[in-house]
Amino acid sequence: MIADQLLWLIPAFPFAAFLVNGLLGRRLTKNAAHWPALAAVGLSFVCALLVLRNAVEHTAWQVTLFTWIKVGAFDVPLKLSADPLTAVMLVVVSGVSFLVHLYSVGYMHGDGGYPRFFAYLSLFTFSMLMLVLSGNFLLLYVFWEAVGLCSYLLIGFWFHKKSAADAGKKAFLVNRVGDFGFALGILLLVVNTGSVDYQEVFRLAPQLPQATVTLICLLLFVGAAGKSAQFPLHVWLPDAMEGPTPVSALIHAATMVTAGVYMVARCNALFTAAPTAMQVVAVVGTLTAVMAAAIALTQTDLKRIMAYSTVSQLGFMFLGLGVGAWAGAIFHLFTHAFFKALLFLGSGSVMHAIGGDCDITRQGRLARHIPWTTTTFIVGSLALAGIFPFAGFFSKEMILGAAFAGHHYVLFGFAVLAAGGTAFYVFRAVFSVFFGLRDADALHPAPAVEAHGGHGDAGHGGHGHGGVHESPWVMLAPLVVLATMSVLAGWPLEHGFVQFLGRVLPAAEHGAVPGALAAEALAIVVALGGLTFAWVTYQKGIVDPDRIAASWPRLYALSKNKFYIDEFYDATIVRPLLALARWALRFDLDVIDGIVNGVAATARGWGAALARLQTGRVRDYLLFMALGLAAVLGVLLWR
Amino acid sequence: MVAVSWYLALGAVLFSIGLVGVLVRRNIVVMLMSVELMVNAVNLNLVAFSNLHAHYTGLVLALFVIGVEAAELGVALAIILAWHRHSGRLDADSATLLKG
Repeated sequence: MIADQLLWLIPAFPFAAFLVNGLLGRRLTKNAAHWPALAAVGLSFVCALLVLRNAVEHTAWQVTLFTWIKVGAFDVPLKLSADPLTAVMLVVVSGVSFLVHLYSVGYMHGDGGYPRFFAYLSLFTFSMLMLVLSGNFLLLYVFWEAVGLCSYLLIGFWFHKKSAADAGKKAFLVNRVGDFGFALGILLLVVNTGSVDYQEVFRLAPQLPQATVTLICLLLFVGAAGKSAQFPLHVWLPDAMEGPTPVSALIHAATMVTAGVYMVARCNALFTAAPTAMQVVAVVGTLTAVMAAAIALTQTDLKRIMAYSTVSQLGFMFLGLGVGAWAGAIFHLFTHAFFKALLFLGSGSVMHAIGGDCDITRQGRLARHIPWTTTTFIVGSLALAGIFPFAGFFSKEMILGAAFAGHHYVLFGFAVLAAGGTAFYVFRAVFSVFFGLRDADALHPAPAVEAHGGHGDAGHGGHGHGGVHESPWVMLAPLVVLATMSVLAGWPLEHGFVQFLGRVLPAAEHGAVPGALAAEALAIVVALGGLTFAWVTYQKGIVDPDRIAASWPRLYALSKNKFYIDEFYDATIVRPLLALARWALRFDLDVIDGIVNGVAATARGWGAALARLQTGRVRDYLLFMALGLAAVLGVLLWR
Repeated sequence: MVAVSWYLALGAVLFSIGLVGVLVRRNIVVMLMSVELMVNAVNLNLVAFSNLHAHYTGLVLALFVIGVEAAELGVALAIILAWHRHSGRLDADSATLLKG
């Protein structure tokens, strides 16, 4: 059947591109490395669309490629499965990946590691596609780790920069913490059900004891929290912005970080059997959403604001999952992939235009120089803020509505607060960078030309054109496509999307809850309020932000310093571990090596002493013989 | 008829002279000659006991020893000759290649 072939073809294309660029990149493809990568991801996207069409008709099917591990009754085949959830993920991943590949052609132009970049990007796309196609938990885990590896490689892409190398390391280590929980969860599943196959596990899950299922779900959620940057494992994501901006857009906003959301949605059969775990998911999600939004309020680096915004939006998705709005959470994942990729790529375009990192307090009125970037960025911001009729509005309302309808009023309240904060921080950035009270040209006119040669983070080889300039079309085209999707992914798709996913995900128990409409209206009003407040503060200058900051110094410092979570980890985990490692090093060098070297030195000493007897002179040997003979004779005679 | 103890005493004296010769002399040829002295002291004992017991085994053994001795000398002299040609020396203390 053709649909079966499609499934393995989808990841096969990017893998082939990875092999080509990875093995031959330095010799053969060089600055044409984008061609194999683009072609591969483009073909994958086409296949993904075909799979989506097939999923609409046939809902779900599986392909077993070959037996991977077989030990007695424990049988793990390399099995790919497709259903509406997978199909949606495939389209999002390959679609956004294609646009990011295209964007990278312009953004990474002239970088020394050009083929390496595309090799990594293809490897990531392959891993992510395999992750969503996996038909069992073991395969899921393998590619779960693989995307983590790609993330590490791409964050540390500019590895000669210490901050980038450190950020890559941090991302990897924090993810390991989550993955450890994930691995334990899977092992517990295997022990209890004897299988890793999705269908088998989900069939047996309701029969397991309540406590076991809850524990399994919580462990799986630890893995999801690590990958999807949920509190308390969110610290790696903002640092991951050290990577190239297309990577931030693809991996750290649109696709990889949603793996945790996907996994929890995939395991809905387990989670619905464990209401306590669902509660934890919802609470952690809300907490993360509020906290990240609060941090984003005071950050000044454009990419960092977007990073915390991603953490916050992922929190919304987990809130949706936790309150049983499965389809709503995936819908938010879907819309978020478009508008957040758009915002990141837009940020990259701004950075490309000004030739370096974008500190929003040192920019202003860039709109007239970069009209395309500005327009698309505003569309993305409106979608993120959840303003009608942009895509984010519908998906966010779905989650908030489900939280309200499920009588989670406290969570709903905090989520609305976070939504208001979202609208404020994103428009604070928009007004500060593109419009606002300052004029960037007046602020630093000369350095704009000078700074251009280095091009800083943009890694751009200095084109010699001065001043702020609009990006090339290969970078703008993805922005326009994503902006279009940020509008169209909303209401035209809402109903069909939920119905489509409803075939595999349980529907939220929407009853007719009194006041639901008022609750949704409240969310809109709060979002508009945030937007307006940003407008009066950063556009009109009616409210002075510094005075607000000065009136609540404690709160301001908390937000500015990201709630001191990094410092807390540094003091409680990193430093003690480092001290332990140093102590272990000394112990190893002094005690362990001391014993080993002592044994060797003793043997050598004795050897050196005894070697003196071996003079090489025949007469000495004869003397020893004679003495020995005399001794033997003496003993014999004496007795 | 001489008492057997005289033979034994002579054998002991010859053996001791040979032993001292091997230990104190440095010329390989002289050392070899001293070894011969020791071997023949033993032979003397064998023959003496053979005579005492009026039994020929000791005699036969002495003859065997002389035969083996001849073969051994052949090998030993060949080695000495080769060593002498190689190094031009006959000093046993100069051959210390196997020093530990």
